[in-house]
Amino acid sequence: MAVYNLSVNGKIYKVDADPKMPLLWAIRELANLTGTKYGCGISQCGACTVHLNGNPVRSCSIPVSAAATQKITTVEGLSDNNNHPLQQAWIAEQVPQCGYCQSGQLMAAAALLKRNPNPSDTDIDAAMQGNICRCGTYPRIRKAIKSAAEMMRKPSSN
Amino acid sequence: MNPTDKNLSRRKFIQMTGMTGAALTIGFATPLWAKEAGDLLTAKTAEEQSIELTSWISIDKNGRVTLLNHRAEMGQGSFQSVPQIIAEELEVNLSQVNILFAPGHQTKYGNQVTGGSSTVRESYKRLLKTGATAREMLTEAAAKKWNVNKSECYAEEGNIIHRPSGKKLGYGELVEEAAKLTPPKHVRLKARSEYKIIGKPLARQDNPDKINGKAIFGLDKKIPGMLYAVVERSPRFHGKVKSFDDGATKKIAGVKHVVKVQMPVFADKREGVAVVADSLWAALQGRKALKVEWDDSGFEHLGTEQLYARMKEDLKKPGLSQRTGGNVDMAFEKADKKLTAIYETPYEAHSCMEPLCCIAHCQEDTCEVWGPIQGPDWIQKDLSDVLGMPVEKITVNMTFLGGGFGRKAFTDYTTEAVLISKEVKAPVQVMWTREDDMTQGPFRPGAVYECRGGLDKDGRIMSFQGKMAAQNMNHQWMPNPDKTAYNDSTTEGFAKQYFQSILHYSFADIPTESNIPVMWWRSVYSSTNGFAYESFIDEMAVAAGKDPLQFRKDHLNSDRYTAVLAMLEEKTGWKTKGKNDGWGIAITECFESIVGEAVKVSKNKEGKINIDKVIAVMDCGWYVNPDIIKAQVDGSIIMALGAAVTHEIHFLDGKAVETNFHQYKMPRMTDIGEIEVHIIENDEKPGGVGEPGLPPFAPALCNAIFDLTGKRIRKLPFNLAEL
Repeated sequence: MAVYNLSVNGKIYKVDADPKMPLLWAIRELANLTGTKYGCGISQCGACTVHLNGNPVRSCSIPVSAAATQKITTVEGLSDNNNHPLQQAWIAEQVPQCGYCQSGQLMAAAALLKRNPNPSDTDIDAAMQGNICRCGTYPRIRKAIKSAAEMMRKPSSN
Repeated sequence: MNPTDKNLSRRKFIQMTGMTGAALTIGFATPLWAKEAGDLLTAKTAEEQSIELTSWISIDKNGRVTLLNHRAEMGQGSFQSVPQIIAEELEVNLSQVNILFAPGHQTKYGNQVTGGSSTVRESYKRLLKTGATAREMLTEAAAKKWNVNKSECYAEEGNIIHRPSGKKLGYGELVEEAAKLTPPKHVRLKARSEYKIIGKPLARQDNPDKINGKAIFGLDKKIPGMLYAVVERSPRFHGKVKSFDDGATKKIAGVKHVVKVQMPVFADKREGVAVVADSLWAALQGRKALKVEWDDSGFEHLGTEQLYARMKEDLKKPGLSQRTGGNVDMAFEKADKKLTAIYETPYEAHSCMEPLCCIAHCQEDTCEVWGPIQGPDWIQKDLSDVLGMPVEKITVNMTFLGGGFGRKAFTDYTTEAVLISKEVKAPVQVMWTREDDMTQGPFRPGAVYECRGGLDKDGRIMSFQGKMAAQNMNHQWMPNPDKTAYNDSTTEGFAKQYFQSILHYSFADIPTESNIPVMWWRSVYSSTNGFAYESFIDEMAVAAGKDPLQFRKDHLNSDRYTAVLAMLEEKTGWKTKGKNDGWGIAITECFESIVGEAVKVSKNKEGKINIDKVIAVMDCGWYVNPDIIKAQVDGSIIMALGAAVTHEIHFLDGKAVETNFHQYKMPRMTDIGEIEVHIIENDEKPGGVGEPGLPPFAPALCNAIFDLTGKRIRKLPFNLAEL
C-alpha cells in the first residue's frame, strides 16, 4: 500500500492504495467518484475513459501509481452544471438510453474536440470506435459531437 | 458530489413530505386482477408519518408532485414514459415533477417485471386513470372551497382554475382537502386530440443525470457497513465445488470471509466460492489467489458443433407442439414450385454494459436488496421461497440499469448476493466481472430452422412450414413447465396476417435438450424467428419472380401491414430503385407492434459489404414519446447487427469460449451507417417499443445482400468482409 495525492477535477484526494490497483477503482472506490464506469477491465469498451493531462485513457488499465502525479479529469469534472457543449448537445440530441457508457463516450468526445474542433466523420470514427454502447446510441453520439463542435467554434459560446 | 439516487426510501419520503405536512397519495392498492382500476386508496402523511406509499402520485403542500415509476429503467425509457402518461391526465408539467423508482410491490403496482416491451401497453390505462382521478379530486376540492359547481373548474399546469372568475389554486393548496374525498369511481379520460404531453418528443427526465456521472447504477450504490464480494463460479454451468484452498486468499489484507455459495439456476444449482472483503480490490485480489477444484461429473460437456448437430438431428422429429392450418403436406405436394431451406442462428450473451451486480442485506427477519433489477416483484417472491420469509419483509430497490435486455429479469445474481449476505451476516455488494457476466449465461439460445414452402402457378404461397429446433426457454425458467404445450415460440415474430393469406401452414418446435442455461434476449424468439421466416419469404418471392415488397403486400393485405409496407415503399423510393441496387426488406410482428425495415448495402473497394442505410417503419399503435421510439429502433437495429455480423457465443467442453469484448465483438460506431425511423400514426392500442425493431433487421440485411450479390445467407453470424 502507498499513499497518493490524486488530483481529480482540480481537487486533491489523498488515497491509500495498492500501487497496482487500476486507476478506475481508485477513482470509484477511494475518491468516490462513481461516474467513471467499469465495463470490461481490459481496455476494450471505453466505459472507464478519463483524461490524464487532457489525453483520453482507459482507467481500468492504468495502475494508480502511474497516474499519481498527473491531472485526472473525470466526467464529473466536465462542467459544473451540465453546460459543457458536449453535455448540451447530448441533451439536445437525447443521446443516452441506459446511460452507463455515456461517461466514457463523453470523455472520449471531449478529448477529440479539444485537439480537433472540426472533426470529420472519419475523425469521429477514429476517436469513438473504442467506446462500446450496447444500447446503440452511436447515430446520436455522432450527431451530438458535430453539433457540440459547431457550438464550440462559435465565438459567442463558452 | 450529489449523486442522484432515484430510489424511494421511507426516510426520504418522510423528509419529502414530513416537512410540508399533507400529501395526497393515489394509486391502485390491489393487484390488477382484483378490482376495478377506479378503486383507489388515499392516505395522508400529516397524521401518518410512517405511511407506506401505495401509489404513483404524491403531492406535498408546496405543490411538489412526485410520480413513481414502477418499472425498471434500463435505457428503454420507462422513467420517462410512465410519468409522461400520468402527467397528461394529472395536468402537470413534466419538468416540474420529481420521478422516483417504486420499490417492488406487486399488490400496489401490479406486475413490475419489465420485459416483453410491456410497460406502456400493460399499464397505460391504469396510469391514465391514476392521473385523471387525482385531477378530479383536486378539482372537486377546489370547487368545494370556492363553493362553486365543479363543472366550472378545470385543471392546468398544477393549478385548478375557476373559469367564470379566473380564481386559481395550486395543487399544494388543495391536496389536504382532496385527500379527504372519496375517489370518483369513473373519470373522464382525454381524447387523443387533447393531449399536451403524450405523443410529444419530450426530453427524458433521466438524461441530465446520465451526462455528468450522477445517475446511480447498481455498482454505484453503496450502503453503510457494506462489504464487497466477488465469486469464483464453476466454469461449467452446473459444476459443484469439490474443495477449495483459501490459504493464500486469507492472507490478503482486507479479505474477511471465504464462503461457499450455492444458488439456483432455474431448476439446477450453481456453486461458487465467494471472497468477501472490506474493499472491492481486496476481494478481487483474494479471488485471484483462490484455488477451487470442481466436480462437474454427471453433466454434459457440450461444444457448439455437437449442439448444432443435435439441433439438426432434432429437426427430423415431428415436434412436440404445433400450430397448423389447412393441410400443409397436401398443399406442398401439389405446389407448382417447392422450396426448402435451413437457417441457423447463434447463441448470444446479453452483454449489458453494466455487468451484473447486487447489494443484499439479509438479516434475521428482514432482507433488503438494491441493484439493477428488471423484476423487483419476482425477486421478492423468489427470495421469499429461498429464505422462508414473508414477501412483506423483503424490500427490493431498483437502481438505474446499465442495460437489461432480459438478463436482469433473471434472479440468480440477486439470490446469490442474498445468500452471501446471510452467510457473512453483513450487507454485501457482489460484483460480476465482465468475464463472469459473459461466460455464465443464461444465453439467448441458438436455433436451427427448417422452412418448407410451396408456391402456386400464380406465384402465391400455397404452403408454409416452419420447424425450429432450439433449447426451449420456457422449459427452463418456468416452474413445472408443460413440455407438450404449444407456447408461441415458433411463430413469435411471424406477421399474424400471413396466417390469413397462407391457407396451409404448420409450425413446430422441437425443444433440444441441453443443460446450457438459456433466457430471453431482446425480442426473445422473434430475434431468431424473424431471420428464418423473413429470409424464407424473400426466397419464395424470388422463386415466384415477384418483387419482394410487392410479394409481401400480396400476402399481408390488411390495413396495418399495408400502411407499413406503403411507407417503406415511399421512404426507400422503392419504385424508382434500380435492379440489384442492394436493397432488402423484412417485416415482423413482435409484442403487438409491426415493424418493417429496409436495408441498403453496397460493396466497397476491398469487396466488403457496407451497410449504407437502414429505413425502419414502426407501427406501435397509440404511443407516448416518438423520440424514445426512434432511439429504441436505432438501438434494436444495432443490437441485431451484432447478432448478425459481429458476435456469437461458442461452447467448448461445456464452457463458454468468449470471455470478454476482445472475443465477443460488439458493434461499434464504425459498423453502422445512417438509420432513419418513421412512426405510423393510427389509433390502434399500444404495442411494444423496446424490442420490436430488432427482428426484421437481420433478414432485411441478408435480403439486401442477396439483391446485390445473388448470395443467400442462411447462417448467422457471417462476415461482411467475406462475401
